[in-house]
Amino acid sequence: MTTTQERRQEYRALFKSNVEKRLLVDKAVRIIVFACVIIAIIPLGSILVEVFKNGAAALSYEFLTETPGAIGSGEGGIGPAIQGTLIIIGLSSLIGVPIGVMSGIYLSEYGDNKLAKSIRFFNDVFMEFPSIVLGIFAFLMIVLILGHFSVWAGAFALSLIMFPIVARTTEESLKMVPVTYREAGTALGLKKWVITFRIVISAAKNGMITGILLSVSRIGGETAPLIMTILGSSQFFSSMDVPMDALPLRIWRLSLLPYDSAQLQGWGSALVLIIIILGINLGIRYYFANKRGHGLIGRLIKQGVSKQK
Amino acid sequence: MVRARLKPEKPGKLPISDKVFKIGATLAGVYVLIMIALLVFQLFSESYPIWEEDGLSFIVGTDWNAVEDRESFGALPYILGTLATAALAMAIGVPLSLGIAMFISDAPAKIGGPLGFLVELLAAVPSVIYGLWGLFVFRIYFKDWIEKPLHDAFGDSIWLFSGTPFGLDIITASVILAIMIIPTVSAVSREIMKAVPQQQKEAAYMLGATKWEMFRLAVFPYSKTGLIGASILGLGRAVGETMAVTMLIGNATGIAAIPSSFFKPSQTMSSIIANEFVEASPASLHLPALIGVALVLLLIAIVINVVAHILVTRMLKVKEGAINN
Repeated sequence: MTTTQERRQEYRALFKSNVEKRLLVDKAVRIIVFACVIIAIIPLGSILVEVFKNGAAALSYEFLTETPGAIGSGEGGIGPAIQGTLIIIGLSSLIGVPIGVMSGIYLSEYGDNKLAKSIRFFNDVFMEFPSIVLGIFAFLMIVLILGHFSVWAGAFALSLIMFPIVARTTEESLKMVPVTYREAGTALGLKKWVITFRIVISAAKNGMITGILLSVSRIGGETAPLIMTILGSSQFFSSMDVPMDALPLRIWRLSLLPYDSAQLQGWGSALVLIIIILGINLGIRYYFANKRGHGLIGRLIKQGVSKQK
Repeated sequence: MVRARLKPEKPGKLPISDKVFKIGATLAGVYVLIMIALLVFQLFSESYPIWEEDGLSFIVGTDWNAVEDRESFGALPYILGTLATAALAMAIGVPLSLGIAMFISDAPAKIGGPLGFLVELLAAVPSVIYGLWGLFVFRIYFKDWIEKPLHDAFGDSIWLFSGTPFGLDIITASVILAIMIIPTVSAVSREIMKAVPQQQKEAAYMLGATKWEMFRLAVFPYSKTGLIGASILGLGRAVGETMAVTMLIGNATGIAAIPSSFFKPSQTMSSIIANEFVEASPASLHLPALIGVALVLLLIAIVINVVAHILVTRMLKVKEGAINN
């Protein structure tokens, strides 16, 4: 039985409406998906604009160097906070980087057994622990035992946030070094640690530095663990055993004060902090993205989602 | 210069320096396990007084009073507050992140790269700056444009929209949280969507699928587990986030903190710790109670993250198998 002209017309209309509907849905999804991207970027733009706009008004030489003035007076500055942030970053790196690097070496060079697998797994899980809990841990381990708030406690807490990131990025970078490099070292009769430090690490240097700097930019903005460890202060650093200030803490304190001048100083501190953090972040990304392609950076961003066996 | 050792080592026997090196590396690796064990042990032993005193009623109680002689601690409102804000943040943030991941995984590298980079920059902004921005910028617009109209329209009939639309409440904190989990969820989901074998996508296209149908037929069924894992990873982040939430949630305590409406102030586990930890006296039960809250928070976070990592790594493993075959 042949299809009549009318039937054919009908089929054609059905087909057309079906395709049209599907294309319409497709178009709608495209628009929605694009809108998602825009919606996500708006806050970033707004934050940057507001911080730079409001923060710029607070900036001055005094603001960057002096101790905070009386509450609500709008005088003084955030000198101790800037100094404290630099000190705490330096100290936590002192603890966190060696442990992280050695741990990464273990995972990459000796990491083919059950223990290493569980370390890798818990390392990734540890990376996502709430930072405030790590702060309490440092409080219990150091502040409570010493009996006073201490800069070491803050550095310890931040090093806990830092070392898993360093470990994972070190592992990833070491694994990218061709095995022939190691074989060459072995063929020369070198000891394993010499091979690792002199050959493998120098080949993987860029990736490791990226990881370390990313972890620095991460801990630079951490606030919660500092509340119970270095507490905050309005004086310049004097000793390891007294409270110290840091930029994120200062921003938090200022934002709680009901004065316009405090709010302005808060924006100023936020500007300084965001310049430090985004500066490190953008700097390494720009520098290494040109050098190494985006493979490694993509991996760093996943922050601990393992692709390994 | 590296000097070659001419004397060959006996096979199977490590020189002392290598032994030390291996032990050092292993210790550094084990450090993370020690820290986790110590962390759980310390939190438990320091919060022991509150478990001894209240037992399970610490978890299900709703009172929170640190005044001397009238002390009573119940963590339920904060547990609920954490779950409510995290759930809301997921409801807002996960669809957005999936959309972003769809866009970027499918866009040409020239557009996808920079856009992905911009989204990831969201993760670099410190939490306290989200709080500051939320407090002084976002809250004002959100209150005027979204909360007030919703409240005026439905406030009397739907309990979710009752309360005072003041901007320091559950919904504001959740929206900020949602923004903060977007980079995590979208970056992981993007990797997972990219892990879908090209042949699958091409097969869908060959059947005449549109782009959306390709995602629906080829990408989503294949990457379902991984995408769920990615979302749970975002949940883990939302549960532990402190500063921005503390600054925006309004900080109610006790029974008032039980979340019942979008426009009510509440409190999360991490925010009550941030708010009260410094003032808590070690002599009273206040400090053990806060540490007990931290222990509960930690256990929730561990469960969430372990599940998420298992799901995500399993997915990415499948990918490598599929590509190699």
